[in-house]
Amino acid sequence: MPAPAERRIIFKHIDEPGYTPDLACYLRHGGYASLRKALGMAPAAIIDEVKKSGLRGRGGAGFGCGLKWSLVDRKSGKPIYLVVNADESEPGTFKDRYIIHQDPHQLLESIMVSSWANNVRQAYIYIRGEFPYGARILEKAIAEARAANLVGPNVLGSGYSCEIYVHRGAGAYICGEETGLIESLEGKRPYPRIKPPYFPAVLGLYQCPTIVNNVETLCHVKHIVDVGGEEFAKIGTPGNTGTRILCVSGHVRRPGYYEYEVGRITLGQLLNEVCGGPLPGRTFKAIIPGGSSAKVLRWGETFTLKNKDGSTRTLAAEDIPMDFDTLAACGTMGGSGGVIVMDDSVNMVEALANINAFYAHESCGQCTPCREGSLWMKKITARMVHGQARAEDGALLQGVADQIAGRTICAFGEACSWPTQSFLAKFGDEFRAYPEAKTAPRPESVPLA
Amino acid sequence: MNLKPETLQRIEEVIPHYPVARSAVLPLLHLIQEDAGFISAEATEWVAARLDLQPINVLEVVTFYPMFRQQPIGRRLIKVCRTLSCALRGGYQTCAAFEQEFKVRRGGVSADGEVTIEFVECLASCGTAPVVMIDDDLHENVDCARARELSARIRAEAAARR
Ligand SMILES: Cc1cc2nc3c(=O)[nH]c(=O)nc-3n(C[C@H](O)[C@H](O)[C@H](O)COP(=O)(O)O)c2cc1C
Ligand code: SF4
Ligand code: FES
Repeated sequence: MPAPAERRIIFKHIDEPGYTPDLACYLRHGGYASLRKALGMAPAAIIDEVKKSGLRGRGGAGFGCGLKWSLVDRKSGKPIYLVVNADESEPGTFKDRYIIHQDPHQLLESIMVSSWANNVRQAYIYIRGEFPYGARILEKAIAEARAANLVGPNVLGSGYSCEIYVHRGAGAYICGEETGLIESLEGKRPYPRIKPPYFPAVLGLYQCPTIVNNVETLCHVKHIVDVGGEEFAKIGTPGNTGTRILCVSGHVRRPGYYEYEVGRITLGQLLNEVCGGPLPGRTFKAIIPGGSSAKVLRWGETFTLKNKDGSTRTLAAEDIPMDFDTLAACGTMGGSGGVIVMDDSVNMVEALANINAFYAHESCGQCTPCREGSLWMKKITARMVHGQARAEDGALLQGVADQIAGRTICAFGEACSWPTQSFLAKFGDEFRAYPEAKTAPRPESVPLA
Repeated sequence: MNLKPETLQRIEEVIPHYPVARSAVLPLLHLIQEDAGFISAEATEWVAARLDLQPINVLEVVTFYPMFRQQPIGRRLIKVCRTLSCALRGGYQTCAAFEQEFKVRRGGVSADGEVTIEFVECLASCGTAPVVMIDDDLHENVDCARARELSARIRAEAAARR
């Protein structure tokens, strides 16, 4: 079957000639009609539509957006905050960047709709520090929307008021984790909070109920209001609704961003047809399907999965539909939508050394297993790559990685151990053979660590 | 503290964005670093006093976040992405090309004080790897040849300034 056509909802205007990030252009394209419509609806009705839509979070965990909203403590009497996660720091992920830079009003309109639905009076966009222009574009867009009475006091004469502020991070990956982000927004080190009790929906920003959603997740909300939750749920596949942006990087002919109905395109179609296949003379070897924290897939491996009726089916990696549930059933995850492709020129020890250096650099250091474990995994793989590999290194790595997950405050613990565990599980022979492989000439390979 | 009037004005504008003044630590540090180039001990104390915090509350933030620095750096900052997608497309070689052009190892300042080269983690532009940020500007698909072009441009801009 040929790959289906892209279905651009969130990225409808990205890279469209003549489309500019200013309010006038957005209004010419029908902008802020969803906000007008939403203000005529009861907030609870909007939350209901979002629930019916089946929308799941695009930031990493794929948690139901409507469910997240329904967990918010609305009885505390404290203000409710909305925090937009625009940290976009998961390696391999580069989608929120284009929304922010090219279509900021789509995000602002969705923030206003979501804020109205959740009785939020103050929303913050937490944007990574490395997007200086993105922050300025958003600030300018907020000022324009404010001047047009679309943000701020008494929005469109409705009596409802809500402010949006932009808050810049400063280069730390852990600020993407929602409770680390909240600490950072409070002006502190971004040390993730322990859950329970600090679930953002109850004890978030300033110990008030707080919703944290990813940029792409929120952008869907305005479209859900446009078409209704039930219609929206027809896009994609059951339980995996809507479109999502797949970011492809690494060894393919046409890396880039592609928006597809969730689960309607397979990994093989995406890489071979959409991205043009491997580089000349190469073959695919390994794929990380959902940002660098997701477990690696070996090209050509097969999975035996359970069907609903109890029977089983066998699926090759290239036939995996790019949805949340199948990727999870195959032992990995859709995560942030960042698909990193490695071809046969790559040695997996070197690729892992690169990934381990990232996690060792980014661990916040609160939990001993994560702080020490990520550092040791980095040291071992770095030593291997730099000429001192030992036959027992694979086992050593395994021992360190297995002592992290489940013993830490935040999911970074899993994120940093999954690469090592999955690389060893799928490519263990390369770790054992590395001492000799290192000395064999591989002219086509580039340094990775 | 010798801050520009517009920096002081923007500082006063940003503090009321938050119900709790401490939240303004990061925005204030960004504004001061943009103005002064780095965060001095004096700046740390100034921010603490302005937000009614202890200096350690600000210092612990300055020392955690990679983008804040406590020393001056070169006039231009070249950040080369080190992470996997860029590395697969030659990011380490791109970094080496910049190092050769300016005869300085990453982490250091070139002898003429013109550039600092840094390796940084994923810049969220992995589809156009390898990528580099020079000051606020992102440059995409920066192979070694492109790195040399960008270096020549930096040198030309430096010469024009003299
Ligand atoms: C270590 C770590 C890093 C994360 N980085 C990001 C990020 O950069 N952007 C993001 O949206 N979510 C990130 N997340 C997920 C957030 O914690 C949170 O689940 C998400 O923002 C919720 O939004 P969603 O439900 O709309 O997906 C990260 C999680 C972890 C554990
Ligand atoms: S798991 Fe790692 S990143 Fe998360 S809180 Fe613990 S030390 Fe910090
Ligand atoms: S890996 Fe370099 S931009 Fe993401």
